Amino acid sequence: MISNSTPSAPLPRLDVEGVSVAYANGHLALHDTSFQLQGGTICALVGVNGSGKSTLFKSIMGLVKPEAGNVMINGLPIRDVLKQHLVAYVPQAEEVDWQFPVSVWDVAMMGRYGSMNFLRIPRAQDKAKVEESLRRVSMWEFKDRQIGELSGGQKKRVFLARALAQEARVILLDEPFTGVDVKTEEAIIALLRDLRSEGCIILVSTHNLGSVPEFCDQVVLINRTVLAYGPTSEVFTEQNLAAAFGGVLRQFHFEQSTIQEHDGRKIRILTDDERPLIFGKDGHLEYKDRGEHEELLKQRSEEHD
Amino acid sequence: MTEWFDFLVTPFHYDYMLRAIWVSAWIGGVCGLLSAFVTLKGWSLMGDALSHAVVPGVALAYILGLPFALGAFVAGLLAAGTMAFIKAKTRIREDATIGIVFTAYFALGLLLISLFPARVDLKVILLGNILGISDPDIRQVLIISLITMVVLALKWKDLMLFCFDPGQARAIGLPAGGLQVVLLALLSAMAVAALQAVGACLVVAMLVTPGATAYLLTDRFGKMLWLSAIIGVVTSLAGAYASYFFNGATGGCIVTLQTLVFLAAFLFAPKHGMIASRRRIRCAATPSQS
Repeated sequence: MISNSTPSAPLPRLDVEGVSVAYANGHLALHDTSFQLQGGTICALVGVNGSGKSTLFKSIMGLVKPEAGNVMINGLPIRDVLKQHLVAYVPQAEEVDWQFPVSVWDVAMMGRYGSMNFLRIPRAQDKAKVEESLRRVSMWEFKDRQIGELSGGQKKRVFLARALAQEARVILLDEPFTGVDVKTEEAIIALLRDLRSEGCIILVSTHNLGSVPEFCDQVVLINRTVLAYGPTSEVFTEQNLAAAFGGVLRQFHFEQSTIQEHDGRKIRILTDDERPLIFGKDGHLEYKDRGEHEELLKQRSEEHD
Repeated sequence: MTEWFDFLVTPFHYDYMLRAIWVSAWIGGVCGLLSAFVTLKGWSLMGDALSHAVVPGVALAYILGLPFALGAFVAGLLAAGTMAFIKAKTRIREDATIGIVFTAYFALGLLLISLFPARVDLKVILLGNILGISDPDIRQVLIISLITMVVLALKWKDLMLFCFDPGQARAIGLPAGGLQVVLLALLSAMAVAALQAVGACLVVAMLVTPGATAYLLTDRFGKMLWLSAIIGVVTSLAGAYASYFFNGATGGCIVTLQTLVFLAAFLFAPKHGMIASRRRIRCAATPSQS
């Protein structure tokens, strides 16, 4: 399957080797972190807040210098490959100044700066690449909008277009699905799949545990170090997630009685950010403890009488 | 009629006035350009801090008979370095760091000036003296602002990216650290130049107000750049000219004009002005008839 769609560029390779990063106050943000990724993968980076996800991103982008260890891309230290602008970063919405006076077109063009001349005057090929990238994320008709005038999903797509325009081979996405509607989420996932088949390494940090098995073929579980990494089916297990999240994860254990009788199957739901809304058969709301809930309803109706 | 005209052109009969007008306009324009970056980067407080922190450098340079620009520039960079160092090494927040460092430098400057009152005039440093500016000082101001303008003209896109998203700048191989130093250096340099025109107390207005005004008027960075430069030129030119009639408070005239232009934009800007947003709110509140 892969041999059919031979990618034009050689497959990238990302090696994180024993990386340790310390904060200014001396505490370790990451300790002896190691994993390897080969081109043609969507890998989820999963861990609690403060587990070092963004620090790991920063070290892959060369923004922080590890105390120990190395980040290598295609076998070269990250500092030496920055000039090849292989790494693109799609930031979280909160990190961006949306009032900045730039248009959608301007932001996508920023992806090209690394390959432009000293004065950053766009050539025809830069303009063509930007147009192609914006069209690919369906943002071409918004090219003259100021970035603050876009919806959450559109904002995300602009920065994806910037990564496309950059022709990056390693793409880091920080929480790409927060503040994004379901349709855009699906569109983004489809795009990521295309990029995977083009041979990119896509590393996605996400809280959205439910969507991980759906589109990520690999997972890196971290909590200040790599707890486990590998194919999703092997790594994304309940034991591993419990280890990664400790007590942070909300767990909904449905006892037999709480699921409506006719459904008959056991459900387990794991989530670490928001309380999920769970519907059973025929759209009935499921509660953690149906018995208690019905007791409460009965009590209330009695009070009213 | 001709009396009025004669009255209005009197400033142009004086050599020192003509000089003050065009030097102010030139400084105002370059400061205006830089102010676009300062406001977007959120460095307004930094601009204020640097403009005060250069004072000991200026004082020392005058005392030692060196070019004032050199002393000011070194002092400004030292102050920026001190702030960065304290911020990185302690848990103190940035605003407190800036507050501590710039007052420390400024106090040192005042101390130096009071020790050598014959060499430097406190009033000149605090309030500027563009009407009495000496030829060597003009030369320094021109060189500083010329360098600033050339750097901005060549590298404005890189600096814009650095202001907008330093992480991306780094990721595509631009020297983000270098760009930060360049912007800080330009800021200290223009703080020194503007000090000649309006004095240390009002420098920050030159480095912030034109940019803030232009920001209310446009959603494009390129347009914002030339708008803020034009605002800087026009207000400085008119302010210096008007100061003839107000007996020399050049800084006061320039900054008052800049504030008036800002107020006009604040009220009447087509999209981001107060009246426009009021109208938008009203339109949103009343159901449309169409």
